[in-house]
Amino acid sequence: MNVYINGVGSVNAQQAGYTSNFLAEIQQTEQHSIRSIEPDYKAFINPTLIRRMGRIIKMGVASAKMCLNDAGVEQPDAILTGTGLGCIEDTEKFLGAIIQNNEQFLTPTSFIQSTHNTVGGQIALMLGCNNYNFTYVHRAFSFESCVQDAMMLLAEKAEQNVLLGGVDELTANSLKLIERLGHLKNQPLTNLNLLNSKTRGSIAGEGANFFVLSNTIAATSYAQLLGCKMLYKPENINEVTESLQQFLLENKVQASDIDLVLYGYNGDEKYDRVYTEVSDKLFNKSTVAYFKHLSGEYHTCNSFAYLLAAHILKSKSVSPSILLNDKKRAVKTILIYNHYRGINHTFSLLTAC
Amino acid sequence: MTKRVVVTGIGIISAIGKNTDESMQHFRSATSGIGAITHMDTVHKNNLPVAEVKYSNEELLSLLNISNHKSNYTRTSILGMYAAKQALESAGIHSVKEKKTGLISANSVGGMDKSEVFYAQFLANPSKGKISNIVGHDCGDSTEHIADYLGIKEQVTTLSTACSSSANAIMLGSRLIQHGLLDRVIVGGTDSLTKFTVNGFNTLMIFDKEACRPFDATRNGLNLGEGAGYIVLESEKSAAESEKKIRGFLSGFANANDAYHQTASSPDGNGAYLAMSQALAMSNLQPTQIDYINVHGTATQNNDLSEGIAMKRIFGETVPRFSSTKSFTGHTLGAAGGIEAVFSIMALEQQIIYPNLRFKTPIPELQLIPETELIEGAGIKHILSNSFGFGGNNSTLIFSAA
Amino acid sequence: MSQLANELKTEIIKALNLEGVSPEDIENDAPLFGEGLGLDSIDALELIVLLDKNYGIKIDSAADGKAVFHSISSMVAYIESKK
Repeated sequence: MNVYINGVGSVNAQQAGYTSNFLAEIQQTEQHSIRSIEPDYKAFINPTLIRRMGRIIKMGVASAKMCLNDAGVEQPDAILTGTGLGCIEDTEKFLGAIIQNNEQFLTPTSFIQSTHNTVGGQIALMLGCNNYNFTYVHRAFSFESCVQDAMMLLAEKAEQNVLLGGVDELTANSLKLIERLGHLKNQPLTNLNLLNSKTRGSIAGEGANFFVLSNTIAATSYAQLLGCKMLYKPENINEVTESLQQFLLENKVQASDIDLVLYGYNGDEKYDRVYTEVSDKLFNKSTVAYFKHLSGEYHTCNSFAYLLAAHILKSKSVSPSILLNDKKRAVKTILIYNHYRGINHTFSLLTAC
Repeated sequence: MTKRVVVTGIGIISAIGKNTDESMQHFRSATSGIGAITHMDTVHKNNLPVAEVKYSNEELLSLLNISNHKSNYTRTSILGMYAAKQALESAGIHSVKEKKTGLISANSVGGMDKSEVFYAQFLANPSKGKISNIVGHDCGDSTEHIADYLGIKEQVTTLSTACSSSANAIMLGSRLIQHGLLDRVIVGGTDSLTKFTVNGFNTLMIFDKEACRPFDATRNGLNLGEGAGYIVLESEKSAAESEKKIRGFLSGFANANDAYHQTASSPDGNGAYLAMSQALAMSNLQPTQIDYINVHGTATQNNDLSEGIAMKRIFGETVPRFSSTKSFTGHTLGAAGGIEAVFSIMALEQQIIYPNLRFKTPIPELQLIPETELIEGAGIKHILSNSFGFGGNNSTLIFSAA
Repeated sequence: MSQLANELKTEIIKALNLEGVSPEDIENDAPLFGEGLGLDSIDALELIVLLDKNYGIKIDSAADGKAVFHSISSMVAYIESKK
């Protein structure tokens, strides 16, 4: 049983939505955070629903709609949403109101909107979709848990379309927290020089990236998804490479088959080391690329990597802006390896179809 | 899916006790855990009854043999660690690594018990607030603490779909086993009482100022609770290999979306109807074979009516015996599905049906009467358990006797 | 009547985030819920808070709010009756 990416939709930092000239223009910034370029939401969501939606909900619902339009699917058989921090703006609003008004005059909207499965719920409401609807909220496993679930769903029943996506938002407060936690760069740099800084911390981002996965190939297909694996708290590089090699074996792919490896390098010199080590060990013949200078770091940013990989495989072109080296291979098979602070590691394999 | 999934362990902590024995004592003596707010400093302190776990964080950490001053766990984590460990032990699992063992946990507001303390200072001044209070904010935090505490690594993830969260965790766990990705998995959820949720539900005006009365004509709303409930699922093969006692089967489940409104359930109980029908279809059971329904039964005007209508659509005039254990534990939000799964297994093992406390008059539109006395020797083979959450997220689990 | 009515319309538009709706668009006697503006149960809860915060009037249950919030006119009448 094969799984195909048959549609994509995105609210990202590089362009308003996804189009085939994705990354033709790269956004450059000296800020330590990259915000999404937001579309006109009214084109995707009707006004009676929009008025109550917080920003992350709009990002997620609009991406989902774009994706369904792209795939030509009206009713998905399942809706899966991944988010690391959920609806933080509404959480902050409600908490702020509790504190400022001493628990008086509180209104329900921001509380209701703060529930983590609101994106999934609103998509279902918008479509009138009664089908399976799960939301995963586990750091940098959130989006990949959706992928795993989708692949199981597609194996359980033929001729299905599963809508899934990763979405996270950045607020002024959450950015401040990231800074206070020491996860942010604290010297001047542009995002395009992220990997040259050789210091700790990264840049923060946000975005929503949705996909339709199907067990049927279509004219709209971008790529075939071979597999996705989550590895929790590996103790050392050996555990990483063993797990990765096992993953490749299970998917009948050799390291030498990988034309391009897309890594989650984020400029944090401590956490970036593992990518270089893995490359040196296993992928010295593959083209190496990275993406977080274009998306920023957020729990579900790997969904941006999926978008990038799908784009590369469909357009048969690789934007020089993501390359760390170029082995000049025609790109048919892409491995994505991302991790979050050494805790949540994920491997994903995509091929041309 | 032909692989059968069995239940080999259960663990629970709630307002009615820190294990299954204490819980059963409360059921037998018809003593609920609902009472005044004691742990939280809130303007609602003397107005709203809640169902608190009767142990402080310090007491629980001590029971877990974790040094208090070294730990920075949220209450959500502590409750989860406590119940998950109990489940593991009850399944007789001494070496987690012997088989591919996963943890799927669920919660609704993560470490909010600590983060709301942080935000109180931070929002006034961004350089204020203890960072250690915010690091456990996200939903995945408690799951990772539970996983680390129990030594689980093979698969670790978190679900958050409001009040159906841990029922969904149970479903995912079962499917992971059926797909051969895991041999066994600890599944369930945890949630602690917070100012955030107390105030949140208050804005929805769905609290009862008295102890709740599920399925009663005069019901006025829910009481919030806290706690954690986990079960251990294994493939039948894995359970046999390690000679585990089978405590029940997870014979069917389904998740459907009401797609009607963000918080209210549809008047014809459509989402609930779909979830229950699909779960029955999966289990290959006829409605007449369900011996007891542990209803979602939050005691809100909307839920009980909607759920009751759905029940009648499926079961016609012969709705099985049913009760809401939320009349004992309050509504434990993300933990509800897990806690009620534990109660379902206990009911199957001890052949008991729980009473639905404080019921007097049936809802006029339904004329449904829950069990008001504990029933022994209940002759139960199959139990259906409902958990319905915001965002129209409706889940049903069916457990069958071993 | 009309000043309070206009005040209410402005506050409602703001509280419920009714973008693209101006006070002139809301007729005093038009139903606010179901049809007309198409408000729902969450909006009703928001209006209960609005009444409390801006006018000091407490409504105890969502059910009690139904009659009060039927239209701008009924809201005005209710507020005036509580003065």
